[in-house]
Amino acid sequence: MPRPASGRRLLPGFGLSLGCTLVYLSLLILLPLAGLAFKASELSLAQWWAIATSERALASYRVTFGASLLAAMINAFFGLIVAWILVRYPFPGKRVVDSLVDLPFALPTAVAGITLATLYAGNGWIGRHLEPLGVKVAFTPLGIVVALTFIGLPFVVRTLQPVIEDIEPEIEEAAAMLGASRWQTFTRVLLPALFPALLTGFTLAFSRSIGEYGSVIFIAGNLPLISEITPLLIIAKLEQYDVVGATALAVVMLIISFVMLLAVNALQWWAASRLHRRSGSADERR
Amino acid sequence: MFRVIRKLPAVLVTLLFAATVLAENVSLLNVSYDVARDFYKDYNPLFQKHWKAVSGESIELKQSHAGSSKQVRAVADGLEADVVTMNQASDVDFLAEKGLVAKDYAKKFPTNASPYTSTMVFIVRKGNPKGLRDWSDVVKPGIQVILPHPKNTGNGRYTYLAAWGYALRQTGGNDRTAQDFVARLLKNAPLFAAGGRDATTTFMQRKIGDVLISFESEAELIAREFGKGEFEVVYPSLSILTEFPVAIVDRVVDKKGTRRQAQAYLDYLWSAAGQENAAQNYLRPRDPDLLRKYAAQFPAIKTFTVDEVFGGWAKASSAHFRDGASFDQIYQQK
Repeated sequence: MPRPASGRRLLPGFGLSLGCTLVYLSLLILLPLAGLAFKASELSLAQWWAIATSERALASYRVTFGASLLAAMINAFFGLIVAWILVRYPFPGKRVVDSLVDLPFALPTAVAGITLATLYAGNGWIGRHLEPLGVKVAFTPLGIVVALTFIGLPFVVRTLQPVIEDIEPEIEEAAAMLGASRWQTFTRVLLPALFPALLTGFTLAFSRSIGEYGSVIFIAGNLPLISEITPLLIIAKLEQYDVVGATALAVVMLIISFVMLLAVNALQWWAASRLHRRSGSADERR
Repeated sequence: MFRVIRKLPAVLVTLLFAATVLAENVSLLNVSYDVARDFYKDYNPLFQKHWKAVSGESIELKQSHAGSSKQVRAVADGLEADVVTMNQASDVDFLAEKGLVAKDYAKKFPTNASPYTSTMVFIVRKGNPKGLRDWSDVVKPGIQVILPHPKNTGNGRYTYLAAWGYALRQTGGNDRTAQDFVARLLKNAPLFAAGGRDATTTFMQRKIGDVLISFESEAELIAREFGKGEFEVVYPSLSILTEFPVAIVDRVVDKKGTRRQAQAYLDYLWSAAGQENAAQNYLRPRDPDLLRKYAAQFPAIKTFTVDEVFGGWAKASSAHFRDGASFDQIYQQK
């Protein structure tokens, strides 16, 4: 698009809105993070490394990131089904089910944690039936996965819904008429279109889980080296008024999370560009 | 200049008026730990009545309750508390270190600045089916112990130190044997609860564990919530005396001009009415006569203080709860 000679954009308001964006993001995100980095810089690199790689810290990274990953994967699978059902099929009570999905957003996390712990404890409604089978959920790492799955669900469903709405049913019909089996229609036609959104939902659920504290501590059991999450260790340090030590762990989480988010974004960008290339070449063939 | 002078009477009247309005609205903010809510809810009206009688001044009392170390950090960060009433000396020590509270705050009031005490006791299932009588029974293999996180909660820290002190006082007891003893106790914990109340819920409602270790005062709250017949309280042969230090926040009262009221507010905790209120909230009063009066509620128990066995909270923290201290060591041995 040829630009006007003055170099100004056609759409008005770019300067103002960019300014707003930068100020807003700086105040909300960059400033606190800078404070965190500043506080952590009171430690020498060797001290920081010693705190960050202590036995309990390493075990807590495994628990936190492992449980978050597992919970996000479970949500990606079931969230897709839920979103699909909610968009594609009319059924009685659909509105209610749809609003149920948002509940984990609204419920205070501590309430969620206590409720889940009570349900999954040995004498709880669900735990009562699981324990005879030898499955212990509450107060084990499995309980952490349950809590994180609970809080992560809406992220997947809400990101997928608008995308599914955009896929017209005619596309599926066309695929069927061109001889695709149902499975082929799903894997070759629908999934590629859904994949970027699915990945976004997965990432959101995953990152939300990493930072989750309130619901997890009530169901985790919090045993050192077994079911301690990293946010709990951060609180432990704050309890001893060891603010610097707490920021050391916070920085580790920040770095790992940032690298992971960056990797997922790269993957998404790659998937999106592949999709475009494919549809582009299809156009040419046509 | 003239104009200002001419207006001076008006200004003075306004100032005077403002001053009286301010004086009428004296308010104190008491920043406190989580479970003190009931105690101060009962205590505040008592003090308001008393203060009105002795000074003619009505006073507004505001309360803030949350986890004690969170509260203390908020005060250090500028929450304008006139007084702090905590459940562990290390929390007030932190404010003293920051210069908000006098370094010798423990000497500013009687009985170590702690108007009441409590102790750690065992709460067992009805009939005490596992026959748990003392700390040595609780650490036996196969007994499940419920306690809050020993590093993250004041309640858990007191339990940890109580077991440690008990082991030290046994014949041949030293730091080595005490650490082994506490390690056995922690090994019996199927989980570490998020807080004191969470531990209670886990034990009473979810029916997990053979024994819950908690404050004596908590036992009464359990009775109110779950009924008296559901559990029994067992007093071990030796336990820890838990103190609840109070202090005036110098920096705030000097700024607000509320030192007189803050002093009276805390002093009154040691009065007959204040002590009676403690006893009614199942906290052991310092007044020996009153303790005798409530003897049925507070059976005699041998206790030690953190100062006696550990040389104060600062030392106890660095020896047991800091990074790499005794608690961490227990989990690194495995």
